[in-house]
Amino acid sequence: MSGNAINGRRVVVTGIGVVSPLAVGAELTWKRLIEGQSGIGRITHFDPSELPAQVAGQVPEGPTEEGGLTLSDWVPVKDQKKMDRFIHLGLAAAIQAVEDSGWKPENEDDRCATGVMIGSGIGGLQTIYEGSLTVSSGKARRLSPFFIPSALINLISGHLSIRYGFKGPNHAVVTACATGVHAIGDASRLIQYGDADVMIAGGAEAAICSLGIAGFCSARALSTGSNDDPTKASRPWDKDRDGFIMGEGAGVVVLEEYEHAKARGAKIYGEIGGYGLSGDAHHITAPAEGHEGAFRAMKAALKNSGLQASDIDYVNAHGTSTMADDLELDAVERFFGDHAKNLVMSSTKSAIGHLLGAAGAVEAIFCLQAIRDGIVPPTLNLENPARESVIDRVPLKAQKRKVDVALSNSFGFGGTNASIILKRCKD
Amino acid sequence: MSDIADKVKKIVVEHLGVEESKVTPEASFIDDLGADSLDTVELVMAFEEAFSVEIPEDAAEKIATVKDAIDYIEKQKAA
Repeated sequence: MSGNAINGRRVVVTGIGVVSPLAVGAELTWKRLIEGQSGIGRITHFDPSELPAQVAGQVPEGPTEEGGLTLSDWVPVKDQKKMDRFIHLGLAAAIQAVEDSGWKPENEDDRCATGVMIGSGIGGLQTIYEGSLTVSSGKARRLSPFFIPSALINLISGHLSIRYGFKGPNHAVVTACATGVHAIGDASRLIQYGDADVMIAGGAEAAICSLGIAGFCSARALSTGSNDDPTKASRPWDKDRDGFIMGEGAGVVVLEEYEHAKARGAKIYGEIGGYGLSGDAHHITAPAEGHEGAFRAMKAALKNSGLQASDIDYVNAHGTSTMADDLELDAVERFFGDHAKNLVMSSTKSAIGHLLGAAGAVEAIFCLQAIRDGIVPPTLNLENPARESVIDRVPLKAQKRKVDVALSNSFGFGGTNASIILKRCKD
Repeated sequence: MSDIADKVKKIVVEHLGVEESKVTPEASFIDDLGADSLDTVELVMAFEEAFSVEIPEDAAEKIATVKDAIDYIEKQKAA
């Protein structure tokens, strides 16, 4: 099982970190996810009453040991104001992942062989908003010297490298809602090509601010019909779905060349089995007909994996709770053909909302946890499917299910698509 | 200690996240208090805001210690 190795180099995951609306912490998020909890509630980061969409998945505040965000446990107080919230959340997830992996480069060669690729879909939107207010009120000279480094997307990668001395490739992906998958996939290839032995990869997002919500409202992308019943708002494939729910958070993995991980006795969550990318060349926000771009991304990932479609047990769908859900369903059914009836597929956005640039990374981690625990997470609120399918979409409750191979889809504005295959690691 | 000195010290503690006891008149922002070049730009802005003074760039470049800041502001306020 070394399907997509390049020069004999395979890539495994040896550390995971999650910051989500369910919890700060990969395991607590997973526990609450499979219990069927929802992280969606009324927006409190700002007063949303002027806007049609008023619910979102916000990271809970509170003590770290209870799964809440206590920022000073992750970022020194004096540095907090030098970073937008998306960097705070990205660092919290990245630090978890690095600590979980136990990887500590102890010499210059090891430091130079360890890189970072953590992106974001939007970056420091709230920082940009506040900075523009400073300038527009005639105080341009008072703009903080940290304004630019606070807003820049690649600064999670920058800060993390400084914290740990990771001197390998330092990079950041920006592909809207496909960022997380692209980051993990591209970082894996850097390892396969020998540019690094270890890469810290993923995505972070914190766009639950007035500018972010107003922007997606104007694009008619957000759910507006469940402001009084937030936990029911995100309902992928359900006939009553009416738009996505914004979430915030971050997902980060430690990717490591297999022999490198084995040599140091690292715990291995799973292997990067395959990765595929495509572009729609169709429309800035709408998917192409039949979601053919998604089809091609899955096809490319499968080809890269050296596996058969029938090897795949679980699909973590993009499934945002919009009209596009059924287009993805069409593409998945077409892609898997006769095997579709054996598949399980769920959308975990039903519980945490759409984490935009972090979504693909968090969902890839859920796939690894599904493989490890033999449990597939549910699609909450899927009470009345808009259309029937032979695919079990895991409505309402998690299911026990042996998963050896999982595929996760992410699609972004601009017509960018990415699929990643994660599999149980075998010698 | 003058009101100005007190206020300068408070701003330094707040912006650089250092112990109050370390903020002595002789303390250098960069060498003793862990500031980098961007921190010092922000500190000068904070002084400007707090004391309603203008600190031009060439003057700001010469403010290296806590005492430098206090002296400059006191001079501006006296003028």
